[in-house]
Amino acid sequence: MIAPSAYLLLSAILFGIGVVGVVARKNILIILMSVELMLNGVNVAFVAAGSYLGDAAGGVFAFMVMTVAAAEAAVGLALLIALYRLKETVDITELKVLKW
Amino acid sequence: METVLFILFGAIAVCGAIMVVTRKHPMASALYLILTLFAVAALFVLRQAHFLAAIQVIIYAGAVVVLFIFVIMLINVPEDRLPVERATTMRVLGVLAAGFFILESAVLARRFWMPIGPVAEVGTVEAVGRALFTDYLLAFEITSVLLLAAVIGAIALAKRKI
Amino acid sequence: MVNGILDYLWLVPALPLLGVVLNGAIALLVERPFLLKEAGLPLAGGHGAGHGSHDDAHGASSHGSAHGHHETPAYRKLVAFIAPGVVGAAFVVALLCVLSLASRPADGRTFVQILFPWIQAGSLLVPAALQLDPLSSVMALVVTGVGFLIHVYSVGYMSHERAFARYFVFLNLFMFAMLILVLANNYLLMFVGWEGVGLCSYLLIGFWYEKQSASDAGKKAFVANRIGDFGVLLAMFLVFWTFGSLTYTEVFAKVPLLRESGVLTTGLATVITLLLFLGATGKSAQIPLYVWLPDAMEGPTPVSALIHAATMVTAGVYMVARSSALFLLAPDTMMVVAVIGAVTAIFSATIGICQTDIKRVLAYSTVSQLGYMFLACGVGAFTAAIFHLMTHAFFKALLFLGSGSVIHALSGEQDMQKMGGLKKYVPVTFATMFVATLAIAGIPGLSGFFSKDEILWQAFSSSHGSPFLWGIAALAAGITAFYMFRLVFLTFFGKSRMDPEVEKHAHESPWTMTVPLMILAVLSVAGGWIGIPAVLGGSNLFEHWLAPVFHPVAAAGAAHGAEAAVHHPAALEIGLMALSVAIALCGIGLAYFLYRVRTGKPAEIAKQWPTLYDVVYHKYYIDEFYEWAVIRRIVTISIGLWEMFDALFIDGIVNGAADLVRAAGDRVRRLQGGVVGGYAFSLLAGAVLLVGYILYRSVVQ
Repeated sequence: MIAPSAYLLLSAILFGIGVVGVVARKNILIILMSVELMLNGVNVAFVAAGSYLGDAAGGVFAFMVMTVAAAEAAVGLALLIALYRLKETVDITELKVLKW
Repeated sequence: METVLFILFGAIAVCGAIMVVTRKHPMASALYLILTLFAVAALFVLRQAHFLAAIQVIIYAGAVVVLFIFVIMLINVPEDRLPVERATTMRVLGVLAAGFFILESAVLARRFWMPIGPVAEVGTVEAVGRALFTDYLLAFEITSVLLLAAVIGAIALAKRKI
Repeated sequence: MVNGILDYLWLVPALPLLGVVLNGAIALLVERPFLLKEAGLPLAGGHGAGHGSHDDAHGASSHGSAHGHHETPAYRKLVAFIAPGVVGAAFVVALLCVLSLASRPADGRTFVQILFPWIQAGSLLVPAALQLDPLSSVMALVVTGVGFLIHVYSVGYMSHERAFARYFVFLNLFMFAMLILVLANNYLLMFVGWEGVGLCSYLLIGFWYEKQSASDAGKKAFVANRIGDFGVLLAMFLVFWTFGSLTYTEVFAKVPLLRESGVLTTGLATVITLLLFLGATGKSAQIPLYVWLPDAMEGPTPVSALIHAATMVTAGVYMVARSSALFLLAPDTMMVVAVIGAVTAIFSATIGICQTDIKRVLAYSTVSQLGYMFLACGVGAFTAAIFHLMTHAFFKALLFLGSGSVIHALSGEQDMQKMGGLKKYVPVTFATMFVATLAIAGIPGLSGFFSKDEILWQAFSSSHGSPFLWGIAALAAGITAFYMFRLVFLTFFGKSRMDPEVEKHAHESPWTMTVPLMILAVLSVAGGWIGIPAVLGGSNLFEHWLAPVFHPVAAAGAAHGAEAAVHHPAALEIGLMALSVAIALCGIGLAYFLYRVRTGKPAEIAKQWPTLYDVVYHKYYIDEFYEWAVIRRIVTISIGLWEMFDALFIDGIVNGAADLVRAAGDRVRRLQGGVVGGYAFSLLAGAVLLVGYILYRSVVQ
């Protein structure tokens, strides 16, 4: 049998790798993919906890997260396209108009 | 057997994830992302969450990542115009913080008690469907509104002229 | 126990409140647009009459009807019906309640009606509750009864006033506040009424606010009262701190217990009662806070009669009487009260000698009579104080209403030097005012005699009293008789000194004004008969009625005046009575000599002692002294505070805070680098810290 903490650890590792991608990368496309990684990491925790505790809520919330992930990807990529038309770049560090 | 499969697919998922965030070209990242998503789907199957594994493959790998690939090909950034990645102080700190975060979570994860027993079938079509259309009906309906908003938002943003 | 009519006690204050609501709606929705429209119209013919009503000269405006006066709008008739109607109804309810109360045994005559819990904060529980006991029933009957008559009178007196509905809104509101004051069962609710009557007093003194002196007088009254209210507030804090309650019954029930346990020391009782008395000096116009009352005569005359003679100014006496259980524990305070009362009585009586404005004479007379009431309180004769309060309400209201009738007849003239010989023009007013003058002078058989004599006797015989206090009070009584008869002689007798133009229009007032005068005249005569002392063969019903309120208290405290009086022979009492009557007759005789026989003599005397006359004529320069000693100082300090404290310190804090925020913002805004990675890192750092904290908590556990 696998201990529940193994799943949680895996979840944390996936989430952490996703965080690194978000913080350390400049390419917006990769950042968006990293966000998907983070959401997947969370889903692992949800599904594992749900099945160990025998609660259907875990599956339901994983389902919700997937829905959110799909919506987020759609809107994020639409933003990216609009942005690329405007600035001809996918470098996040060049987008710093929003500052003092 | 289960342990072996868990270690195998877990290793694939982690390696794939590392590859996603380290590849220079987004296309490579997207392909590794598919690998990771499949590995996670396999882990779902291990927990008897067949339904979730299926939509993980269909929606995530099949729709979301394909959308990514479409966009990558659509805007088609030339190789020389991809952003140059450099290790600034902030980014080094970020990576360290993320590592610390994983460490903390790992310690914390060991402290949570969960019953180790036969796998409850909570990720099957029946279980998820029953929960979704009884206890979580309102949340489910609101999710449809969220998706509608996302559709409208995506069209409004990506269109040149509405 | 079935309470019967007493369950409807809440109607007594509620009915005037209903009047406020109805008349207020009329004043705001009908009268105000009407007056604004009127003001916007071009003035035609005799329309100026409407403006003439902005001083006390609406007598003049009554003659405006000769030249095309506009018709009485229907709403005025409605107001004229509602305003006295609700007060009259309140009187009827109060009367029925009191009769019901009187049918109970003497020791069961305290009825408390809890309306709703009002304040509940920790151990502070204050209900909104009404209490009807012998003391408050006397007050309620006087307030509603005299108030009703004055409302009826006002309908006639104010009939040419433009802001008719506004006037009655204020008057009804005053009735409501005054009834809350007298019917409250705790200090805090009483204080609500106390402040309410202060507000109405302010509004009504400044009723003709377009006149500078009227609005100034209103402010003066308000500020002088605030000083007293400060004392009442502090006293309430102390009462709550000592007794843990503000409800009368609970507080007074605890007095003997706390007295024994040593919590309620004489010193504490002295402080509480002195603070209460400070409030009473403000509200009841005693030295040193009496200065607002003479100026309050700027208000309409019925207001002077109702608020500044019959009811509101007696609130201080009521409060002292209500708190008699506390006052009796503090002999020092009792002495202060008695001395202040006696000094005020004689001091203001002497000012009254030289005043020529008819209303101001009456105002100083009121101050003087209130001094009597406090003298009575101070010597422990609370019954006598309340008795005098009641008879004074009758005859002083009558005097004010009579003077209002005179002023009305003379188109707003208030200077007695321009009156004279009015007897034949206003016979009813003359007759009724003469009765009131006899009553205030203390002529045997009339109400003022019994109440005033009771006070004089107590001042002499009570354990708190002394022959010295009796001497001052008797002298003041003589002066009172003198200046009141001076007023009557100058106004109604002798040759006319009126403006011929005014004399032509001199007329008796309408029935709405004369009928209240006649009723009050009857009361001024007969009102004292319920308190005829035993020595004159009476049964002193009044004292028996109030005994449940004051006697158990007196037994617990010092020896009561009435008991001490037993040791004095009846002959002494009769003798002193005769002496005080003789003094009063001397005053009357002197007035007759100076103002009827040798009419040139007063001017001669004034010439003979110019300095003395000048000082008394200018009211001992007290106003000027306050101006110099207090107001100037406050203004100087205020300017200093404004320039030093406010402009430098307060503004410095405010501006400094703004500068600090701006400087901090200037630094902090650099955190907003605009780079998304930076924001993401902040999130991550936050998550790390949060998880770290959870981890720490779980490890610690």
